[in-house]
Amino acid sequence: MLMQDVGTFHPQIAGSSVSTAAHLLGLIPAVPMVAAGVIALLKQPRRKPAAALAIGSLGFSLLIALYAFAHVVADWASGIATREVVNFTWIQTGASSVDLGWVLDPLSAVMMVMVCFVGLLIFIYSVGYMEHDENFTRFFCFLALFAGAMLGVVIANSLLLLFMCWELVGLTSYLLIGFWYHKPSAAAAAKKAFLTTRVGDIFFFLGIVWLFNATGTLLFYNHGSGSMEGLALANLLTQHAGLGLTAAAAIALLIFAGAVGKSGQLPLHVWLPDAMEGPTPVSALIHAATMVAAGVYLVARVYPLMSAGALLGSGGEIAGTTTPLIVVTWIGSATAVFAALIAIAQNDIKRILAYSTVSQLGYMMAGLGLGGVAVGMFHLITHAFFKALLFMGSGSVIHGCHEEQDVRRMGGLKSAMPVTFLTYAAGMLALAGLIPFAGFWSKDGILEAAHSSGFIKGPYYLLVFGALLTAFYMMRQVSYVFFGKWRGHGHPHESPKVMTVPLLILAFFAVTLGFLGTPAWPWFRGFLEGRAVRFDLAGFSEPGLGMLMLGSTAVVLLGLGIGWALYGNKSPQPEEPDALERAVPWAWAALRDRLYVDEFYGVTFIAFYGWWARVADWLDRRVWGGIVALVTRLFGLWAQLNRWLDNEWINGGFDKACEELSSGGGLLARAQNGRVQIYLRVLAAAVIALAIILIWSSRA
Amino acid sequence: MSVVFYALAALTVAGGLGAVLLKNTVHAALAVAVAFAGLALLFLSLDAQFAGFAQILVYVGAVAILVVFAILLTRASETPAGGVFSSSWLAGLAIAAGVFAVLGWAVLGSAQALPLSAVAPSATVHDIGVALVGRYVLPLEIVALLLTAATIGAVIVALHEKERTR
Amino acid sequence: MTGSASPLAAYLLVAALLFAIGLAGALTRRNAILVLIGIELMLNAANLNFIAFWRYGPHPEALTGMMFAIFSIAVAAAEAAVGLGLVIAIYRHARTTDLDQMNRMKG
Repeated sequence: MLMQDVGTFHPQIAGSSVSTAAHLLGLIPAVPMVAAGVIALLKQPRRKPAAALAIGSLGFSLLIALYAFAHVVADWASGIATREVVNFTWIQTGASSVDLGWVLDPLSAVMMVMVCFVGLLIFIYSVGYMEHDENFTRFFCFLALFAGAMLGVVIANSLLLLFMCWELVGLTSYLLIGFWYHKPSAAAAAKKAFLTTRVGDIFFFLGIVWLFNATGTLLFYNHGSGSMEGLALANLLTQHAGLGLTAAAAIALLIFAGAVGKSGQLPLHVWLPDAMEGPTPVSALIHAATMVAAGVYLVARVYPLMSAGALLGSGGEIAGTTTPLIVVTWIGSATAVFAALIAIAQNDIKRILAYSTVSQLGYMMAGLGLGGVAVGMFHLITHAFFKALLFMGSGSVIHGCHEEQDVRRMGGLKSAMPVTFLTYAAGMLALAGLIPFAGFWSKDGILEAAHSSGFIKGPYYLLVFGALLTAFYMMRQVSYVFFGKWRGHGHPHESPKVMTVPLLILAFFAVTLGFLGTPAWPWFRGFLEGRAVRFDLAGFSEPGLGMLMLGSTAVVLLGLGIGWALYGNKSPQPEEPDALERAVPWAWAALRDRLYVDEFYGVTFIAFYGWWARVADWLDRRVWGGIVALVTRLFGLWAQLNRWLDNEWINGGFDKACEELSSGGGLLARAQNGRVQIYLRVLAAAVIALAIILIWSSRA
Repeated sequence: MSVVFYALAALTVAGGLGAVLLKNTVHAALAVAVAFAGLALLFLSLDAQFAGFAQILVYVGAVAILVVFAILLTRASETPAGGVFSSSWLAGLAIAAGVFAVLGWAVLGSAQALPLSAVAPSATVHDIGVALVGRYVLPLEIVALLLTAATIGAVIVALHEKERTR
Repeated sequence: MTGSASPLAAYLLVAALLFAIGLAGALTRRNAILVLIGIELMLNAANLNFIAFWRYGPHPEALTGMMFAIFSIAVAAAEAAVGLGLVIAIYRHARTTDLDQMNRMKG
């Protein structure tokens, strides 16, 4: 959506006076982390204190976040674009130093509020969901730690602090995915998640090191000397890194690699569907709303680096594009379509949502690449709400169907679980992107940016196709679960209030949040980019905008319609083939088997890695182990030699010496024979000798 | 040297040899008495009259008799079975010969430092008495003490012990 | 030997001979009493030495040699008495005066 030309005020960086809100920002991640530490010390049966601590700490963080958000909004309303930083030195090495710090600007403010709010709702939801689990306390400890780490990523002003919290987020994700660690599949999924994101993190770390080396600082904003500020960027643009890239582009691509891993983009998406092994609140929080969004947030944070060198138009909008942004766009678009295709053929309720998340993350990345920070972030925020809603709704369904997760064994739940059905429907329509739900506005923003991009045309068609698929598979899922006849065992029942109330709250936002970003009142974009906006219906009359909105609505309705036609009120038994399967069985098989990406990895990388591990094992056991054994043998022999020496020579020698001594003594004792005459003789002989000596010496 | 000297020397040496070589102990004791007498005469020939007579009085008159008494009391008059000489008498002889050789060599090899006084000195009893209570009064008293102690000691040592456990 | 020697040397030689004879006796005879006799002979030889030096040496008026000899005689007498008393005591204990058999002090 093009911005209205309402006298864009020049952003003033309010950096001289740092407000209380900015100072308090450090508490936001710290309090939940401390709470996690305290919960870790509690014993397992103490559930109420654990839950209270976690929810209380996140609530406290939410209050501070709201306060900071209000401060930023107030600033924005009076024409100031906030960017307050609080930096401090962590390690001082001579002239250079490693600094950490946090930043309060519109981007971090909205993200903070979203993470705290959605997180809080999910915490409350978990109290009900995990009630029957015996590891309740451990769950809340990990949840609180995750919340703290994620908030750390959000407020970080230093790439190093961001990376540290990023890794912590990855760790807690591992702990939570593998929460039921006695299940081999859960443990394997956790390991897969950790290792796959690790691949991305390695490139990320390389990017950090390179950036530090090139600019001397890891702070984003530091009153002009930060790495995202003009001076550093200009510097980076002048350095060349081979392959025709500038240093800025190369570093941006490396950092994007980290985002690829964390946000499950192609080709590192394989961990996200498996991560559904964790409890549903975990899926909702981590793999829908927050952690996977961290990758998108990272790209938004380093956007100045990514877009460095792009020509700017008169209104400040991007009139050109850079290599990193092109890469981001294509990967995002490809992921969107790829994952949507696979989602069509899945039968696990959570897996459908997982692939849907991967697809939507692709949308966000494409939005960032094509339209800038505001476009991508808007979709992130709205997606967080309705995806969390969908996951929690699916959790409610699973709970109500007595831990059943296969959609083919559900059905007819719209009457058995009405609240869940209504909220789920709202979320589904938001995800599909039907007007006037939130998803429509945010997705349309992306489509509009794709359409009006002068440089790359392909993504637009891919994204439209993806929207069609999204509507189709969501309709399929909803038909299977809520319509038709009940095909499971037992009786489904509605979930308790502690689970349904958060659903209602999220549903409300799923419906209304979109209005923050309509063409008539693009408040979100104005807020993030530091421009004033006013409500003007004339915004709808942008050239081409009306056609675009009509077109996307038509696509969505088409998808919904095909889905209803194929799956509608029919309730195929689990053994029967799917409707689409009957139509195109070969395609269905490929999609159901997730387009064989995991198998490909298994044959190539994993196999190679396994081979390498075997080599290392052989080396370790045979070569190093052999050397160690040999050295041990040598030492043993040496010890034996020493012992022999000690016994034979030292002891023996000593014994011999003692024998000699005593026999010598015996020999000498023979001189004491007790006979006087012998003594006399000896005396006389001695006297002779003495006399001779005396005489001789006196003569000489 | 005069003939007297040679005769007296021969007598003394003969007595000594007899004392050492004779198998019968009593004969040996008597031979040593002869040696003592010869020595006394040698003293006289050296103008040491007092010493000569003292020699006769003490040695011949007391020591020799004492030796004979001891021989009789210990029944040494009977010739013992193993011979009168110790089993390793040659070693003792050799050592004695060595001593004589050294002494002789010392005497003959040394040059005379001072001229010999040709005049015989006078050593009257009066002189000796004066010397004894004058210059040598301390040795005199000590010798007196010594003799007393020796007498008492000899008596005690030789006293027949009462029947005590040995 | 006799021609070149002075009278002093002659007496000294005689004394040396007597001394050696006495020593030989003390070292070779089995009987303890005869060992004592040998010792007496040695003492006498020393006395002869003293007197000879007194006679032919400087300052005979000091009577040094004579006094020495006199005291020597006295001491020798005392020593002979005690020694013989000891021999008698040993004889009473061991029933023999054979020195070869007296090795109670054997180490």
